[in-house]
Amino acid sequence: MVSRAFTRMLAAPLALVVVLACGGKKQPEQPAPQPSAPAPQPTTPAPSQPAPPAAPAQPTEDPAAAAARVTAALLGEVATMIHFDFDKSDIRPDDRSVLDRKAAILGTNSGLRVRISGHADERGSDEYNLALGSRRAAAAKSYLVNKGIDASRIETVSYGEERALDPGHDESAWAANRRDEFDVTAGGQNLRNP
Amino acid sequence: MIRRSFRGWLLAAVAAPLALPLAAQDTTRTPEGVRIGIEYRPGVRPSVVVLPGAGLDSARAILTRDLDYSDRFEVISLGPRDTTAVVNPGGRALDYALFRTLGASYAVELAPDGPGAMVRLHDITAGALRREQRFALPALFDVNYRLGVHRVADEVVRWITGTPGYAASRIMFLVDRRLYRVDGDGGGVTSLSGPGEEILSPTWSPDGRRIAYTRFGRGTGSLVLQSVATGEKTVVTGTTALLNITPAFSPDGRLLAFARSGEEGTDIYTADVSQNCCMQRLTVGRYSDNLSPTFAPDGRRLAFVSTRAGAPQIYVMAADGTDQELLAPFDYGVTGSSNAPEWSPDGASVVFHRDVNGAPQVFVLDVASRRVRQLTSSGRNEDPSWAPDGRHVVFVSDRSGRRQLWVIDTVTGRIRQLTFEGQARLPAWSRRLSDPVPTQP
Repeated sequence: MVSRAFTRMLAAPLALVVVLACGGKKQPEQPAPQPSAPAPQPTTPAPSQPAPPAAPAQPTEDPAAAAARVTAALLGEVATMIHFDFDKSDIRPDDRSVLDRKAAILGTNSGLRVRISGHADERGSDEYNLALGSRRAAAAKSYLVNKGIDASRIETVSYGEERALDPGHDESAWAANRRDEFDVTAGGQNLRNP
Repeated sequence: MIRRSFRGWLLAAVAAPLALPLAAQDTTRTPEGVRIGIEYRPGVRPSVVVLPGAGLDSARAILTRDLDYSDRFEVISLGPRDTTAVVNPGGRALDYALFRTLGASYAVELAPDGPGAMVRLHDITAGALRREQRFALPALFDVNYRLGVHRVADEVVRWITGTPGYAASRIMFLVDRRLYRVDGDGGGVTSLSGPGEEILSPTWSPDGRRIAYTRFGRGTGSLVLQSVATGEKTVVTGTTALLNITPAFSPDGRLLAFARSGEEGTDIYTADVSQNCCMQRLTVGRYSDNLSPTFAPDGRRLAFVSTRAGAPQIYVMAADGTDQELLAPFDYGVTGSSNAPEWSPDGASVVFHRDVNGAPQVFVLDVASRRVRQLTSSGRNEDPSWAPDGRHVVFVSDRSGRRQLWVIDTVTGRIRQLTFEGQARLPAWSRRLSDPVPTQP
């Protein structure tokens, strides 16, 4: 169970990177890339950073590769899901640091835009769960806006219980399915570390 | 259904009349010790036998089942080898004494009549022909043949009881997010979805000529009106943004009430679908969700779900959004979430589901007394919708191991399974369908 969910959590950001690498045309506000500039290094490691930390660049790595590595790591952090208690849309205390980190990345990279999708487990009423998903997405957006991110950069949608991550019918599946997902909709290239 | 043979008949005749009011219901049994407020009154229902008619075996089978599913009669079925004994061309001179011995109160006789059937209702007790009428029927393999026979059944129910049955109606439902419909007796399952369409919240217009639903995609949902006859689709103006769900027609078919969900919460609106304009907001729940509106049959009030007191519960308001108040009483912090209300066609009741010990169960609220009655207790039972007779309710139950549609008679408590494939959900029962309805969307 745990390893399955974890694999998915890793797979989502990776898929994003692929998508962005293939079709990343929409980035009007992105500053022009500076290939000759040294890759930005993280000054302080993030508190509860799930993605691999930016290790010291190997002497042989060229700057473009280093920049791509940082961008991939930051996209992974942006895509980290947050989870909710049953029939609740309050941000859990342990998810605040996850959202704080997203806020920092969004703050540093002003061209970055995201879509938050709210999801519910299968237990509530099918249609009520759509409303619940809207509230969960709105809760994360509200948190990020309170941290200084402009509301226009964050879109919210709800899938209710229509897109279960874990098809199981037990508490661990339900817990995995009560979530917000974060997708980058624009500006996901050449991200800088906060 | 009572099964009696003519060979058994002679024995029955000896034992009659004491053996006659057999309480022969194949009701799905509830667990031991569970009684959920339904009165069983075996033996008081009239018994009916449907006689065979040449070339009308299929009609007879459908008609017999419809009469049984009306839950108004004890239906006596004759074995195949007994039928020749009763076939009675011309029909007017039934051996009433013989049928009296069989325990039948009424006999329905079918006779071929051009492209349709002559239907005669014999009152066995009175020993007289009560009623006869010609019915046009579509050809046997026409898509509307079943519906034609269902109409005959509804008329026969009306001849005997004074109010028509509900057989000439259809139920829409979803498997995953694909839309299907099925006849009220479980026959005629037909797909209504276009390829790749994801659909939620289907509902019927009162005249059965249109359906409305949410077309779901990428976390948003627009409301679509679809003609049943032509399949022509119209998107309700103003519903292409955000998530627009749980549509319900007003009784005059002019308005569509629905919930609109976004960052500002979920609130109830109406749109004028006769002119495709004029969206009006009915609820303003900055910190609560309001959804699942359902019109009273007089069109003056709407029941709906609101989270204004925390967990979702059932409220009511005037059709213009004023006079909002609690409809189904609950104990704060004790009563489980209540969802999916639907006002009954006679206006007297609202059916909904409410969580009991973590599983949803179907409840009926008596609007006048505000008292609620629990109808189900086995497994998870949810998303109820009224039959046109205001007496039967279709709902989703997992009691068979997976989510399927079941029909309960709210008077006798008799329950039957309606669908058997996939994972069905969100059923919506039409009103009586008066005209032939083509099968293609």
